[in-house]
Amino acid sequence: MTARRHIGKATPRPDGPDKAAGRALYIHDLARPGMLYGKVKFSEHAHARIRSIDTAAAERVRGVRAVLTARNTPELRFGFLRDNLVLKRDKVRQFRDEVAAVAAVDPEAAAEAVDRIRVEYEPLAGVFTPEEALRDGAPLVHEADPQGRPRRDNRVPLRFHHESGDLAAAERASRHVVEGTFSTPRIQQGCMGTAGCIAEFDRRGHLTIWAKTQIPFLAQRDFTRFLADLGLGERDVRVIVPTLGGAFGSGLDTHAYEYLAILLAWKAGRAVKIVYTREEEFACLSPRQCTVTRIAQGCDAEGRLTFRRVDVLQDNGAYTSWGATYPSVMMVPVTSLYRVPAVHFDAQIVYTNNTYCQAMRGYGNPEVNWAIESNLDDLAHAAGIDPLEVRLRNCNEPGEVTPMGLKVGTCGLRECLERTAARLDWPARRAGPSKPVAGVGTGKRRGLGLASLCHVGGSGRIYRSDASGVVLRLDDFGFVHAHYGGVEMGQGLHSVLTLAVAEALGVRPEKVIVGPTDTAHCPWDVGTHASRGAFMACTAVLRAADELRRRIFELARAAYPAEAEAALARHRRRDPEYRPPDFDVAEAARSGTFELQDGFLFLREAPPEPWLRVELARFLRAVHFREGGEMLSAESFVDPPTQLPDFERGFGNLSAAYAYGTQGAEVEVDEETGEVRVLRLVAVHDVGAVLNPQTLAGQMYGALAQGLGYALYEEVLSERGRILNPDFRDYKLPTAHELGMPIELEFVEPDEPAGPFGAKGVGESGLVPTAPAIANAIHDAVGVRLYDLPLRPERVLEALRKRRV
Amino acid sequence: MKPRKTGRGPATEPRASARGHTPRASGKRPTTTTSTTTTTLVELVVNGAKVEVPVEATDRLLDVLRGPLGLTGTKEGCGAGECGACTVLVDGRAVNACLYPAREIEGRAVTTIEGLGEPSGALSDVQQAFVERGAIQCGFCSPGMILAATALLAEHPEPTDEQIRDGLVGNLCRCTGYVQIVEAVRTAAARRAGGGTR
Repeated sequence: MTARRHIGKATPRPDGPDKAAGRALYIHDLARPGMLYGKVKFSEHAHARIRSIDTAAAERVRGVRAVLTARNTPELRFGFLRDNLVLKRDKVRQFRDEVAAVAAVDPEAAAEAVDRIRVEYEPLAGVFTPEEALRDGAPLVHEADPQGRPRRDNRVPLRFHHESGDLAAAERASRHVVEGTFSTPRIQQGCMGTAGCIAEFDRRGHLTIWAKTQIPFLAQRDFTRFLADLGLGERDVRVIVPTLGGAFGSGLDTHAYEYLAILLAWKAGRAVKIVYTREEEFACLSPRQCTVTRIAQGCDAEGRLTFRRVDVLQDNGAYTSWGATYPSVMMVPVTSLYRVPAVHFDAQIVYTNNTYCQAMRGYGNPEVNWAIESNLDDLAHAAGIDPLEVRLRNCNEPGEVTPMGLKVGTCGLRECLERTAARLDWPARRAGPSKPVAGVGTGKRRGLGLASLCHVGGSGRIYRSDASGVVLRLDDFGFVHAHYGGVEMGQGLHSVLTLAVAEALGVRPEKVIVGPTDTAHCPWDVGTHASRGAFMACTAVLRAADELRRRIFELARAAYPAEAEAALARHRRRDPEYRPPDFDVAEAARSGTFELQDGFLFLREAPPEPWLRVELARFLRAVHFREGGEMLSAESFVDPPTQLPDFERGFGNLSAAYAYGTQGAEVEVDEETGEVRVLRLVAVHDVGAVLNPQTLAGQMYGALAQGLGYALYEEVLSERGRILNPDFRDYKLPTAHELGMPIELEFVEPDEPAGPFGAKGVGESGLVPTAPAIANAIHDAVGVRLYDLPLRPERVLEALRKRRV
Repeated sequence: MKPRKTGRGPATEPRASARGHTPRASGKRPTTTTSTTTTTLVELVVNGAKVEVPVEATDRLLDVLRGPLGLTGTKEGCGAGECGACTVLVDGRAVNACLYPAREIEGRAVTTIEGLGEPSGALSDVQQAFVERGAIQCGFCSPGMILAATALLAEHPEPTDEQIRDGLVGNLCRCTGYVQIVEAVRTAAARRAGGGTR
């Protein structure tokens, strides 16, 4: 194989210049002729019966064009379990429940109308923790399921379970067993661009929706079904994804505001835009799931793991999103991070009257990784073995099959552990007990910690199809237009897509144009989740480019000689003295091997004369503008070799490859204030192979920042279902200041055979083990174990106080 | 740490109750009666050109830029002066356009992201450094971040990393972890100092 020309080289992303110039158009920047502005009236109770809704005053506001409530709308269901109503009918189950919606000629009129809607409620007792919700006789969040059958309790009817090995025997035979209960908070995806959409029907009754989504085609399916439920069957739904101001999992579901925009647009006969304010984004957009994990792990005298028992309790909130299926991904680390012969996993998902939760980057993995990697450190201490050594002794190896049936291909975990330890100077630094920091006053101690992860790295089948496709279309000017159904949300998908096309086809990256994501023009795609964007896009590109090259070379047998002769003629006009080498072009074209490189077509055996390198654009025009001419394009559709696991048994090879990594942290803990300063972060990740070092580093730095926020700062606070901190003042997103510590990145590249160019998907990996790495470093510094995220100073202080007692 | 931004504007709006959950319409307060709204013409210089725009009493500079002037490169991220996405330069100083009452802009010079770089469309050195150093991901914070960096470099031509981080602390970014942003600012500073392409 020839050396790579583009893949693996640090290359600025193609969408950079327009974004730097303020020219990229986000949903906030788009408008349609005659467009109305929609606004939602949200519930003012966490759990209440709706007695009446009075919209008369709202309808009188000048400029109002439509006011919708459940009273003038059919019952319309949506959501992963269809347990959510677009407009709430009899009762509200969370503070942010949609009770009415308005469309008006400007945002001010819409807001005024919403303010004038009067809703009378009869408050009901609510349940605000899973424990409360599971008690006998607890108020029911849903009295009936979507089919109208009465419900007996608040359990969400989704089952995730795994048993392997003889757990009881393994537990008995363990030399050391350590248990713990770990919790994680709701956090906000924190997209800088808030959620929003524009819905518009054309005069044939077809719908176009500009949506902030990561799943354009599943959204198309949802909206199509919605229109059918409305009695508007046989209509085309087109989903267009504008530039996204971040997504981080918030686009994996369709949302009530999108259905409301569609309803309002239908009712008013005009395009309707709904965009959330920041406060609405915090209070009314679903955050990350909130979990409590009970864990026990055991090992023998040498520190080899004997068993792992994990029970997760997940606070679903009032409705069920795709994110409720976090346990499908939790199973991956629970069964397969380090070698464990006996595993129990069970997840209980419970309705409460809290805000309902959804997906966020990592999708269940950070939640259980927090428990596994914190508890593993405790187990190492119980066994009297260095935490690094315990991890090395249980390290996953290439080619193994895990208890869940995951077929590990390449696995660089051992190298990740070793390199992280080396960078932290682990053996020397961990030799003795942590020492007070000299010269920085009393009560400050430093410590080192590390934690690892494994995650899906080769897409992940959580739906009947796990496919993606790409169309590559060559124009008359040598440009390649790529249409891919996955979503660029900032992560750099279009960057690697561009490089992959350039590399695989043999053109310069500047000649690759990635089109907008639009269901009308792109092949079907299951969605940009599970770190699958680059993995699937590049896999699809390799196939389509292969097909294009085959076709170009086939046509070249007949068409190339004339183009080479024409090029020779041009060359001779410039240089009349030129004498071409003795080379039979026609004969070589018949039997030789063509190559396409940097946008030039040539024969591998040919002498290096410039005229023998034919410009692709000229060649394309030659085969186009002739009798029986043709234009070249290729489409590929790839469903990867992944299995939809049996989640009730917890078995199946979810992904085509698995990504690994280790992160290390050095912290300084102030024993007086409980404050934790992260002095240094090290992240060594097995990425298969690096596609674009610059965008990969960007993904990792960004994920580490989110991991740091998850570890130390971020939490959506609520009190009996009411969100208390719906703004950036009270919700702490890390700033440039918090990210001031040195961050060292290193990539392990085992060249994954299942991956395009050897790469694995790594969009999520970077935030998974950050919190336990930091918590383990805190333990190293001051000897206390922390169980609840975020690691706020008062929690650290409380743990220190208990240690003294 | 709270945003520290110089020249936030002559007046900051009082905030509605910080806690609680009834969302606002937008940073712009809805007026209950339209009859009290008075429109005045305000003259200002935007990206070097003198313009006159109708301004309502409740308008923020951000509304005027994104609305009648069509300069949508200036983003609204929070409407409360907390995220910096709407950062623009007023007489060379970085301000949050979401907190700046539009009426106060009379006679001042505003630079938005559209006004950086050359009329030919070439990017400014700071914009170029952001592109080259991978400092842009989703791009929503980028216009504000680039303008904050531009103001920062005007004040500190050879900033330390600490000064860069301090200068950008009022601009939130969820994608990048700020590392490549700091590198980009450092690169732009080095080039201005004649350090070439470090």
